[in-house]
Amino acid sequence: MLLCTPTRVPRWGLRLGVTCAVIAVGLTVATTAVQQTSTSRPFPPYKAPRLADGHPDLNGLWQAFVTANIDLEDHEAQSGPHPELLGAYGGWPAGQSIVEGGEIPYQQSALARRKQNLENRMKVDVSDAKTWHDLGDPEFKCYMPGVPRATYMPFPFQIVQGSSPYILIAYEFTSATRIIRMNWKGDAPIDSWMGWSRGRWEGDTLVVDVTGQREETWFDRAGNYHSDALRVVERYTPISPYHLMYEATIEDPKSSHGPGRSAFRSIAGWRRPCSSWSSSACPGRKRCCSGSFGKHPDDHARAKETSK
Amino acid sequence: MRYRLRTSIVVLAVVILAGALRAAAEQAPPAKPAAAGKPAPAKPAPAVPSKPVDAAQGSPAPKRPAAPKAWTPTRTPWGDPDLQGVWNDATSTPLQRPSSHAGKDVLSDEEANEFQQELAFGLTRDRRDGGPDADVNRAYNDHWMDARRLKITADRRTSLIVDPADGRIPPLVPLSAERQQARAARADAIARFNAGMPHSPEEMSLPVRCIIRTDSPPYLPTIYNNDFQIFQSPGFVAIAPEMIHSARIIPLDGRPHLGKNLRQWLGDTRGRFDGNTLVIETTNFRTDDGVVFQGGNPATYRITERLTRVAPDAISYEFTVEDPATWTRPWTALIPWTRIDPAEQMYEYACHEDNFDIVHLLSGARTREKNGEGKR
Repeated sequence: MLLCTPTRVPRWGLRLGVTCAVIAVGLTVATTAVQQTSTSRPFPPYKAPRLADGHPDLNGLWQAFVTANIDLEDHEAQSGPHPELLGAYGGWPAGQSIVEGGEIPYQQSALARRKQNLENRMKVDVSDAKTWHDLGDPEFKCYMPGVPRATYMPFPFQIVQGSSPYILIAYEFTSATRIIRMNWKGDAPIDSWMGWSRGRWEGDTLVVDVTGQREETWFDRAGNYHSDALRVVERYTPISPYHLMYEATIEDPKSSHGPGRSAFRSIAGWRRPCSSWSSSACPGRKRCCSGSFGKHPDDHARAKETSK
Repeated sequence: MRYRLRTSIVVLAVVILAGALRAAAEQAPPAKPAAAGKPAPAKPAPAVPSKPVDAAQGSPAPKRPAAPKAWTPTRTPWGDPDLQGVWNDATSTPLQRPSSHAGKDVLSDEEANEFQQELAFGLTRDRRDGGPDADVNRAYNDHWMDARRLKITADRRTSLIVDPADGRIPPLVPLSAERQQARAARADAIARFNAGMPHSPEEMSLPVRCIIRTDSPPYLPTIYNNDFQIFQSPGFVAIAPEMIHSARIIPLDGRPHLGKNLRQWLGDTRGRFDGNTLVIETTNFRTDDGVVFQGGNPATYRITERLTRVAPDAISYEFTVEDPATWTRPWTALIPWTRIDPAEQMYEYACHEDNFDIVHLLSGARTREKNGEGKR
């Protein structure tokens, strides 16, 4: 399951696999997803339906049911901010690591930054462009999430795979999109938030090599992060009509250390056969500057007037 | 530093774009009623565009780029007309016919050349003949201009609107006092924004706030990023507009629209193939100010778009909007899309992620207030 290429570059990975039936959601999923991190794949052999070009048909609306967006590694249940106001509404569930080997192989010096990220994940200082990208989880700021995080956020994504050499993945969160260029040779012309995705088929697995990602995205709310040297190799394998195995191997010589490798373990998607897709993941999407900062005094007065 | 530079560029783009988008609809003062003046039928154009829209509506059919007769539209392996590819809709032809060309829907070669030059002069930003204010607005200079934006449509039309025959958006119906008030409030907010005195982020338009831009139908040409990539799979078409990186996923299986209580920034789209034409209808727009094109009423507004591949490198994009609570009749525009060289790619257009200027504009406005500027 792992990408076991000889390496000088640190790499680690994750794998997401969900063993639930289509209707099973919630706790069952969390538990079975965790069990999936053992070495054997629990699904019986499966041959996916083909498109005209002979490759597996990955079309559909998918969603990962794991808690990896909270933390890729083991995490305990926690209350959200202001439990006195939000009660259990703001709470986040516990979950097991989806990283192969359990922990991301950071360099010692890189761990401090992760800690700092965690502490600052809900802080945003918009008054100074210098700290704009240094503070706050990018998800908190409603930024495009980057890869692989987009895959295991708690929102669906849709794969549109036809007969052209491009596959679209459209994510509900921030309406982010990615174009996977099949068998494309050229490198990323410039860094971008969702990166530069080049795909190829290895048997029934769609392998996507993602480079050119902006360094500001994170892997999760726990502050796990990467540098601009990030390279992600994703593997999408259909394992049942309703399940997609997702694996990602991460290389980042600047933040993690080798040769400890780990594969992102877990997800899988759950295919939602007949659902439709809703475009408003961030309901007031991109209203990063509301609140009192820019309010004109008249507006407060007007609001008071109206509330009378 | 690298990204900060990019950022200011993006944000400046926001501001310029806001102007550009408004300009698209307000390009010219109302024209005199066209001499031909025949009332066109209120029925929208027929779904099959092989029948010229304009002929159906009693005005002379504009000359269109001749599709090679021998060309049969290609099909996907599962049998749908194949629209896949990256397409560009840039043109300088204005949405509405300028009064200078009232009564003239198609130009001769010579007239077309002159018209194109006039429009290009109006659009170009490498000019210093308008005083300091104009210079500031033109800071986003021709470096950013999509060169295709400076050419009129190959069929030499004087407006993108093909119905009504005068090439203009039909007159408004009398609006309720409430809507008039809302429009006046909007105009005030725009004036404050243009004067550098916005009160709040919410006063800034949706494009300025990076919420929706040219990804909101109808698709209209603007200064740059006029690309659209179309993807297809059995049962779906997806249109990914370059600006802002969204995707309109269009189911073709006849499923009903979303319930009326679920409204979205880009609405909810359903499609079907009618012969070689993809016909898409979009409903369920959010009611926020600026979501529905030209301030239509979301409750009664309807938009139908028709995409037909008329040649290997050309799509005819036609849209009809109707809203009996806003306009006296439906109206239709036709915009040619050109296929982009496959070696040329569509790149990610980020907007919100580096949109520092919402903050800058607001803090600038507060500073001006402290200094006693802009008393209203």
